[in-house]
Amino acid sequence: MAITHDDVRHVAVLSRLEVTDEEVARYTDELTSIFGHIEQLNKLDTEGVAPTSRPLPMQNVFRADEVRTPLTPEAALANAPEQLADCFKVPQIL
Amino acid sequence: MKTAHQLADALASGETTSRALVESSFEAIRRLEGTLHSFITTTEAEALAAADASDARRKSGGALSPLDGVPIAIKDNICTKGVKTTCASKMLAEFVPPYDATVTTRLRERGLVCVGKTNLDEFAMGSSTEHSAFGRSSNPWNPACVPGGSSGGSAAAVAGGEVPWALGSDTGGSIRQPASLCGIVGVKPTYGLVSRYGLVAFASSLDQIGPMTLDVEDAALLLDAIAGPDHMDSTSAPKPPSGFHAALAGAKDLKGVRIARPREFFPETGVSKDVRASVDVAVEKARELGAEIIDVNMPHTEYAISTYYLVATAEASSNLARYDGAQYGFRVKGTKNVVDMFSQSRSQGLGREVKRRIMMGTHALSAGYFDAYYLKALKVRTLIKRDYDEAFAKADLIIGPTAPDVAFEAGAKSADPMAMYLCDIFTISLNLAGYCGLSMPCGFSQSGMPIGLQLFAGAFQEQKLLRSAKALESALGVVGSRYPKL
Repeated sequence: MAITHDDVRHVAVLSRLEVTDEEVARYTDELTSIFGHIEQLNKLDTEGVAPTSRPLPMQNVFRADEVRTPLTPEAALANAPEQLADCFKVPQIL
Repeated sequence: MKTAHQLADALASGETTSRALVESSFEAIRRLEGTLHSFITTTEAEALAAADASDARRKSGGALSPLDGVPIAIKDNICTKGVKTTCASKMLAEFVPPYDATVTTRLRERGLVCVGKTNLDEFAMGSSTEHSAFGRSSNPWNPACVPGGSSGGSAAAVAGGEVPWALGSDTGGSIRQPASLCGIVGVKPTYGLVSRYGLVAFASSLDQIGPMTLDVEDAALLLDAIAGPDHMDSTSAPKPPSGFHAALAGAKDLKGVRIARPREFFPETGVSKDVRASVDVAVEKARELGAEIIDVNMPHTEYAISTYYLVATAEASSNLARYDGAQYGFRVKGTKNVVDMFSQSRSQGLGREVKRRIMMGTHALSAGYFDAYYLKALKVRTLIKRDYDEAFAKADLIIGPTAPDVAFEAGAKSADPMAMYLCDIFTISLNLAGYCGLSMPCGFSQSGMPIGLQLFAGAFQEQKLLRSAKALESALGVVGSRYPKL
């Protein structure tokens, strides 16, 4: 499946990445090459094969509903680029 | 170069102090960092204070463990409270974690002294450490060459003698491949043996933290220190085995050990002559030690890289979505709305390889492509795991080379991303299956560059893996036979 410039621009929006025209051209070439290699997986018959999403069998892992010591607001905000009171400050959302 | 267990013995006998060891470490760092650039951050004042505290404890009979006072380095994608943890990315260049990773806590509880955070490919994505936002690291055996990646800084620091051991992380070979290229031992534990809490996530179903050491005994000691269940990591195995160092006792031969030799790991072309010759010698040595060598097929080996670059990038695209400039990390100021803040912060804060992998993963998961790419890859993952299960039905271990060649020159594989990805051909499938494996030195090329041998074992079979590796290490006589000239 050839990857087009439009595909790349679409993926960039989904990924929240800005791409210049030069980057669109470069990503198109690179992704075409990489996904071209990946086409080899179509040679394999995987009919009836269950997908493996995690290497070892695991069921729901629960913990007791006990309160533990959380990070303090100061600690949680220590790396905030911008802060207002006990909140992370960001530009306009709506 | 003294191993960590030799240093621990010297501390116990009073022959040396933790202060002396840490000072010696920093002397080496001062002398070598201009060449190696193993470290992103060093913490001399904190380390010396920790060393003094260790010496005081030992003097009063209160050593926290046999390893109390031994220096160590930690890969910079593992959180250290109060110490910058950058993941070699502009995005986290000033990030100071408010908590320790579980492995960091376990090292502290045993009195180990962290001297600094080592360099890596950004967010652990790479096989050469050239993708670090803070400059590449160099291979101590030839500084024009890469140390491998993504745990290249840890490998260089250990192989270069700056620290006796270090922690790395392995998602597709990132402990084992740099260990091979730098002539040291590197272990990827079974998925779930070592807690991932505080390891900055790349691919959550593949990542594991592991030891990078001068010999197998040190790897077992360090694995004992960091392994075990953790309620903070819901993927951590609740009742795994332990006692890896104890399991080495008396390891001297391989009688009764069955070793599978996959044909796909010994191809006619694609592996350098020197690597093939060295690994063949190691297989023969295993046979001399009494192992039964069994030829097997692992027919899905050739599909492992494609599978990995769908699964890992898909998981990475999800894990790295959090880097948006909102709560921590790099933020572009003055944007007019929050979506622009996300896009501009990510675009400027994340490096080229990271962005490429995010794009790959997003594409593989996107509507219309999910079944053809991501879901298909998860099914092939099952087939790859079956290859391993069939091999382990017939054998205790699997043997093969770690990398197709010795360390390459910096810049040699930069033109084409696929060329770099193909370096991982022998390491990558182990992470997809989730089992354990290691790389150990087995020889040198004609140009004097280290060659690594891989051994794999089944789920939670680290005792068997390490015991056999110890016997083989002694017989091969490569470890400790020569050191880089720096």
